[in-house]
Amino acid sequence: MARIIVITSGKGGVGKTTTSAALAMGLAQRGHRTAVIDFDVGLRNLDLIMGCERRVVYDFVNVINGEASLNQALIRDKRCDSLYILPASQTRDKEALTKEGVGKVLEELSQGFDFIVCDSPAGIEHGATMAMYYADDAVVVTNPEVSSVRDSDRMLGILSSKSRRAETNAEPIREFLLLSRYDPARVANGEMLSVEDVQEILSLDLLGVIPESRAVLNASNAGVPVILDGESDAGKAYGDAVARYLGEQVPHRFLTVQKKGFFSRLFGG
Amino acid sequence: MSLLDYFRSSRSKGTASVAKERLQILVAHDRSERHRPSYLPKLQREILDVIRKYVEVDMSAVSVNYEQEASREILELNIILPDTARNRA
Repeated sequence: MARIIVITSGKGGVGKTTTSAALAMGLAQRGHRTAVIDFDVGLRNLDLIMGCERRVVYDFVNVINGEASLNQALIRDKRCDSLYILPASQTRDKEALTKEGVGKVLEELSQGFDFIVCDSPAGIEHGATMAMYYADDAVVVTNPEVSSVRDSDRMLGILSSKSRRAETNAEPIREFLLLSRYDPARVANGEMLSVEDVQEILSLDLLGVIPESRAVLNASNAGVPVILDGESDAGKAYGDAVARYLGEQVPHRFLTVQKKGFFSRLFGG
Repeated sequence: MSLLDYFRSSRSKGTASVAKERLQILVAHDRSERHRPSYLPKLQREILDVIRKYVEVDMSAVSVNYEQEASREILELNIILPDTARNRA
């Protein structure tokens, strides 16, 4: 049986797809058979971030409607054998995701995979509720900014009342906070909410802090999950988050301003 | 960072703490709303209708407050009767 992880936030543009791609790749690199599903019907982007946009033939909705088999729709990642991508449909209505249809696909995926990562669309509409409904774990991606924190809290309320686990009175979804676009310099200046501030407000287990990083845009430009840029701060931070998700004790990094060395000061780095 | 930046940033210190304060109030409010039973507005309306049979009061005269503590739930009803009603009685 696979563990189903939803990557959610409520607010758009905080890094859900970047996080989905990075966590899925990180889990797969460690040898876990992982599928990552794009739930953003009509605005699919995961395929672009994963760099497989030209290999999309069938999509999630085709599978739900029985127009293609799961094996036909799943795209195997070229960099990692244990990773598969199920793209969203670009043309359909988001109502095409039915609770039964999504449940059936997840059930079938569960047979052959260890982890299923669900990349939720923004908002609290149908696509987002479908992405979280069957989840065992939730990663709430939050920026240290008021609207994002508020939306995350709203999302936590929905997770604890409208998921399958809530409806069947099962053990509640495990919820984790992933704070992204963190700028330690601005935190030090008192201009940005700190990790502690956000944790105090949301009271969630901290999965990781991803620093604001140029590596994220560079990675998405190239269609490479940023976790594969092992030299970058964001790549390393995602690597740590994957380790923590799997139960390892890893200290948090990149929470304070990185001191610049003489050469990077001189040449700009 | 230049000397000027240093003074500028120390002057603007505190927007994060303002953000935190605002969020704490907002999130506490949102959460209390979330845990309210959904029948509250209807309950308030019906109570008001019953009271109106006997006394002339307006909507704002009845407030229904719901609080949840560790082991119990408190439903607080507050009805302000107008002066004229009291005089008549």
